Amino acid sequence: MNSQQPVSKPSGPKPWYDPRVRALVFQALALAAVFWAGWVLIDNTLANMESRGISTGFGFLDQSAGFGIIMHLIPYDATMSYGRTFWVGLLNTLLVSFLGIVAATILGFLLGVARLSSNWLVARLALVYIEVIRNIPLLLQIFFWYFAVLRNLPAPRQSLELAGLAFLNNRGLYLPDPVAQEGAGALFAICLLAVVAVVVLRIWAKRRQRATGRIFPTFRVGLAILVLVPALGYLATGAPIAWDVPELRGFNYRGGLTLIPELAALWVALSLYTAAFIAEIVRSGILSVSKGQTEASKALGLPNGLTLRLVVIPQAMRVIIPPLTSQYLNLTKNSSLATAIGYPDLVAVFMGTTLNQTGQAVEVVAMTMAVYLSISLFISLLMNLYNRAVAIKER
Amino acid sequence: MIKTRWIAVGAALVIGAITSASATAATTLENIKKKGHVQCGVTTGLPGFSQPDEKGNWTGLDVDTCRAVAAAVFGDAKAVEFTPLTAKERFTALQSGEIDVLSRNTTWTLTRDASLGLNFTGVNYYDGQGFLVSKELGVSDAKDLDGATVCIQSGTTTELNLADYFRAKGMEFTPIVFDTSEQTVQGFSSGRCDVLTSDRSQLAALRSKLPDPNSAVILPNIISKEPLGPVVRQGDDEWFNIVKWVLFVQINAEELGVTSANVDDMKKSDNPSVKRLLGTDGDMGAKLGLAADFGYHIIKQVGNYGEMYDRNVGPGTPLDLERGLNALWSDGGIMYAPPVR
Repeated sequence: MNSQQPVSKPSGPKPWYDPRVRALVFQALALAAVFWAGWVLIDNTLANMESRGISTGFGFLDQSAGFGIIMHLIPYDATMSYGRTFWVGLLNTLLVSFLGIVAATILGFLLGVARLSSNWLVARLALVYIEVIRNIPLLLQIFFWYFAVLRNLPAPRQSLELAGLAFLNNRGLYLPDPVAQEGAGALFAICLLAVVAVVVLRIWAKRRQRATGRIFPTFRVGLAILVLVPALGYLATGAPIAWDVPELRGFNYRGGLTLIPELAALWVALSLYTAAFIAEIVRSGILSVSKGQTEASKALGLPNGLTLRLVVIPQAMRVIIPPLTSQYLNLTKNSSLATAIGYPDLVAVFMGTTLNQTGQAVEVVAMTMAVYLSISLFISLLMNLYNRAVAIKER
Repeated sequence: MIKTRWIAVGAALVIGAITSASATAATTLENIKKKGHVQCGVTTGLPGFSQPDEKGNWTGLDVDTCRAVAAAVFGDAKAVEFTPLTAKERFTALQSGEIDVLSRNTTWTLTRDASLGLNFTGVNYYDGQGFLVSKELGVSDAKDLDGATVCIQSGTTTELNLADYFRAKGMEFTPIVFDTSEQTVQGFSSGRCDVLTSDRSQLAALRSKLPDPNSAVILPNIISKEPLGPVVRQGDDEWFNIVKWVLFVQINAEELGVTSANVDDMKKSDNPSVKRLLGTDGDMGAKLGLAADFGYHIIKQVGNYGEMYDRNVGPGTPLDLERGLNALWSDGGIMYAPPVR
């Protein structure tokens, strides 16, 4: 535009014709508008709540909660504060999300690889699984596991039992709980030592292989160390772990560790559902690796397993990681469906009971949303860091 | 450039939307008259209190309380629409103006009355919390419930009473918290929990929903006071008074022997109390902002408190609840209403 007209002043176009100035002004205006809108919303809400006699503020977090929660990873009882219920709920959410992400990832990778298997039956079974599971709403699957499967287990007095140590009934899975005795610290140190030893061994084996070409059976030796050293240490320190075996007293089994059916149903449903999506992501990742890579690897004489592990998967990861991240985020957010079956996650405990008992809807909902946002951003951050590590390096 | 321009346009739209959304403040009564019906919050289904039948008609004590309000305002007990709410949703629905009156088995407590921006207008059912247990457990008293697993509905006062009770007795329990009372029944009947706890009237209702009602018993213990009643938003005294006095009129009518069957005859009565109640004398309706004969419409179309009770929860209904505390003060109960004068 400017080139067609003679420039009258050496100082360039007038400020309002200068695209850079205009862009800055518009952006500043837009930013101011956003802040103003936010301020109006908050101010309006506070003023209206005030005029309606609804109490506001975060003071309620210090009041005593007065209700029980079935499962808590940190000590909790009804005398503790509403703030404590927030942490109890949050940890329960994180627990089921973590368990779900681990299980869904393992299962998803297996299924994704199986889907591409040259074995007709394996590939078809994986296909059927993926198509069935990912096309049924998650809530229905949670209900299925909770109401149709776990509810049909026998009552406590008719529990299925394994060697008098583990018990399964419709109240949960009861397992012996390890209780540390004197000398447990030493045992823990020995276990830690074994892990460090395996890591060192692996580094040494890699270096040696690079230098001499000789392969050391790291996996088998490492496994042996991880099993034998703690076992010997256990005997050497005088068996410092006692087991608190659950026993039937009154209505229920007491003592030991309990996996409640609410957690089990949610975990299974979330894992199976998300695994179906991850499987498709893994498949697309593997297919994105050019066939020449596989052929070249075969030409070098690498067996199928090693071709997959050393050539295909590392390159596929670049395609897999970004969509995998969003599946992790989905799983974490989907865990809030817990409230439908009574698993005490953040939404059920804090946005449910606490909100209702205190009536502080705005504060509680804002806190809960902030938490999910933070968890999601944190997972994204971790995955982005990992992605940066595996992404193609521009050289 | 294009991007920034769109941001500016978007911001302008947002600003426009906010400024144009400034609500005009009309009273609740004006709003109700304008839309032509009372919007009433009820349960998602609780026999005897609020439950839709197979044709979608709502019935129950809480439902009749709403119908009485509609009869008072419009002279038509059918001018009411129902919003089913879970315990968790109920207060927010009322605070936000989604409903005009909440008549949903709601316990009157200090916290709810004082800090939620709400007002309780009275008590239409005096209740107390109890326990429902399976007969085969062989439990006859709540003090034998140590270690029990208890199904409970979230967002209720019962959740707090339960924890208080077990703590005071030094007993342990495992709470399983569900969103709706249906889920608690399901949990109880499938054996996920040993005990179902709720208000005793609800227990009677829920027990009638079990596959085999005789397999479970309600323990004799009453562990709390649960005065249940309608709730309105704080700050609109006109509407607060109307809802409050609708119930008082029904209680007074029972006391005076005015029923839906004899109300037309009673209109000719010389008893000054009855005349004020039915609007043939005095201007009681006008003081509330209602028609003079609002009392007549309530009694004619919904009935007095006793009729409402007997029809929905009284002896002979599936709930089969004796009047007990809910009898008139003159009959040994504590149902008492200030006089209409």
